[in-house]
Amino acid sequence: MFGEMIRQKQFGVSIAVFVLLLLVPLFLPRFYIYFLAVIYLTALLAMSLNLCVGHGMLFQFHHGVFYGVGAYTAGLLLAKTSVPWWIAFMAGPLAAAFAGLLIGIFCIRLNRLYFGMLQISLGSLIWAIAFRWYGLTGGDDGIHGIPIPDFIASTTSSYYFVLVVMGICLILLYLILKSPFGSTLQAIRDNPERCAAVGINVRRHQLMTIIIATFFGGAAGVLFVIVEGSIFPDLLFWVLSLEIFIMCLLGGWFTFAGPILGAAIIVSLRTFVGAYTEYWTLILGVILILLIFFMPEGIMGYNYRQLFRSRTKYASQIQME
Amino acid sequence: MLRVEDLHKSFDDFRAVNGANLSVQKGELVAVIGPNGAGKTTLFNLITGQLQPDSGKILLNDEDISKLPPHIICRKGVARSFQIANVFPRLSVFRNVQVSVLSQQRLSNKLFQSASRLAVQETNRILESVGLWDRKMDVAGSLSHGDKRILEIAIALGNEPELLILDEPTAGMSPEETATTMALIQRLAADQGLTILFCEHDMEVVFGTAQSIMVMQQGQTIVQAKPEAVRQNSEVQQAYLGGE
Ligand SMILES: Nc1ncnc2c1ncn2[C@@H]1O[C@H](COP(=O)(O)OP(=O)(O)OP(=O)(O)O)[C@@H](O)[C@H]1O
Ligand SMILES: [Mg+2]
Repeated sequence: MFGEMIRQKQFGVSIAVFVLLLLVPLFLPRFYIYFLAVIYLTALLAMSLNLCVGHGMLFQFHHGVFYGVGAYTAGLLLAKTSVPWWIAFMAGPLAAAFAGLLIGIFCIRLNRLYFGMLQISLGSLIWAIAFRWYGLTGGDDGIHGIPIPDFIASTTSSYYFVLVVMGICLILLYLILKSPFGSTLQAIRDNPERCAAVGINVRRHQLMTIIIATFFGGAAGVLFVIVEGSIFPDLLFWVLSLEIFIMCLLGGWFTFAGPILGAAIIVSLRTFVGAYTEYWTLILGVILILLIFFMPEGIMGYNYRQLFRSRTKYASQIQME
Repeated sequence: MLRVEDLHKSFDDFRAVNGANLSVQKGELVAVIGPNGAGKTTLFNLITGQLQPDSGKILLNDEDISKLPPHIICRKGVARSFQIANVFPRLSVFRNVQVSVLSQQRLSNKLFQSASRLAVQETNRILESVGLWDRKMDVAGSLSHGDKRILEIAIALGNEPELLILDEPTAGMSPEETATTMALIQRLAADQGLTILFCEHDMEVVFGTAQSIMVMQQGQTIVQAKPEAVRQNSEVQQAYLGGE
């Protein structure tokens, strides 16, 4: 299964980029090392959402919740208990996947619009718990100064940790997408009725997809705790979910790597523009509208269309994803 | 192998299927005919589980399947094509067929194996047998209407069905395409011993290929018999053939 991946042209490029990213901390000031780490973990978050949105057409409108559940689980375990760090780290994605299972069971029974709406309401419920339960979660303030294991406590070491974990997760996501599970998922996206008629249990497949996606979303949440050392209710807030959603659309939701690009753009905007204005959600809204009208397949999707005019090439391109 | 008994299905107040009866023997090529809106598609949707009947029985090898969901019915050996070309438009022709072969081999849930190595031979064999081999890398959405209809049949064949149900397989095809498609269907029936149930508006096609014909009108079965008997049936002539 790895052999095929290695033969892909992009694989060489990816390796080169990865090596370059390994060297980056030698040159950059600390803030930018931190900033890149945030982009990586957000990219992983967006990629996990895109498994649902782009490859499964499951409109997971409140994916941020699972990121938050992962972060809170790991953060609370580290701050309030004495369990070993690796258990706290593993518990994050597992708790997120469990939340994904619970919420998913209800959502997949509904059609696309109601699926999204129910997600938002159930997700807001979890947000409200994190927000209100002062005793456990620190409520509005969150918890800061979470003890991070020494070997990844510095900015540079946490950068490397995030980079490596993201790399591994992306490889896993890639393999999943190329597996029978992944190609069946894309078939369900294109035509669920037809899939049922060829013997596929569509709902179970979609539920599995949500569980996998929320698992990786939770993993991104753990990475956030490592980089930031804190947790707060904004991690579960709908604005963040909207941001991730836009990352997928912006980067190219029918492509594999598009969400990485989308994450880089949105995180940069948030850091350098959003911090100075109260109108961040307004800006997001405008980006979303522009995307829907002018670039419905996102930046990378748009490029594919331009580059691969002939349909044969386009077909093999789609297959590759 | 398939028996439908006194089947009913209403949409709100409208009785789309209102007393349908049908029997299909193993190895037979059975046609359902009837004017537009007679309820043929609804009947097929009931058989394959897309819709649930209000009352009546659907027996597949003596087992009542009328309450089962589509994917279970498919796993019991019933595959179908749809009246409106129903393929996976963003996937390649190869992937379209592979999806159903993977499902048939119970591989759809495999997470860490490469899909491009699995079910390749079977998929290629089907593509070859229906004549879509040279288009296999094309994205399905770019196929001509006729080729999409053929692809639909190929997807259904991926399930290695015992019973193949085709809803107007030649709808919208040119006369040449119709001829090729019907030849393909007859070849499948002959070579692979497939049992085929189809509906069709082209009377020439129906009487030229079917071994048994069921006539529907306003949701109701008027008669099911051999082609000659159906042609002579006065009720059918009045209700349907005369009006053509
Ligand atoms: N989902 C639905 N809701 C409401 N009415 C429906 C629905 N599906 C079908 N009908 C109605 O039921 C009747 C039977 O439709 P059906 O599609 O089964 O006919 P048909 O024999 O396949 O016709 P055609 O030859 O045009 O394909 C039609 O009058 C149609 O309008
Ligand atoms: Mg019909």
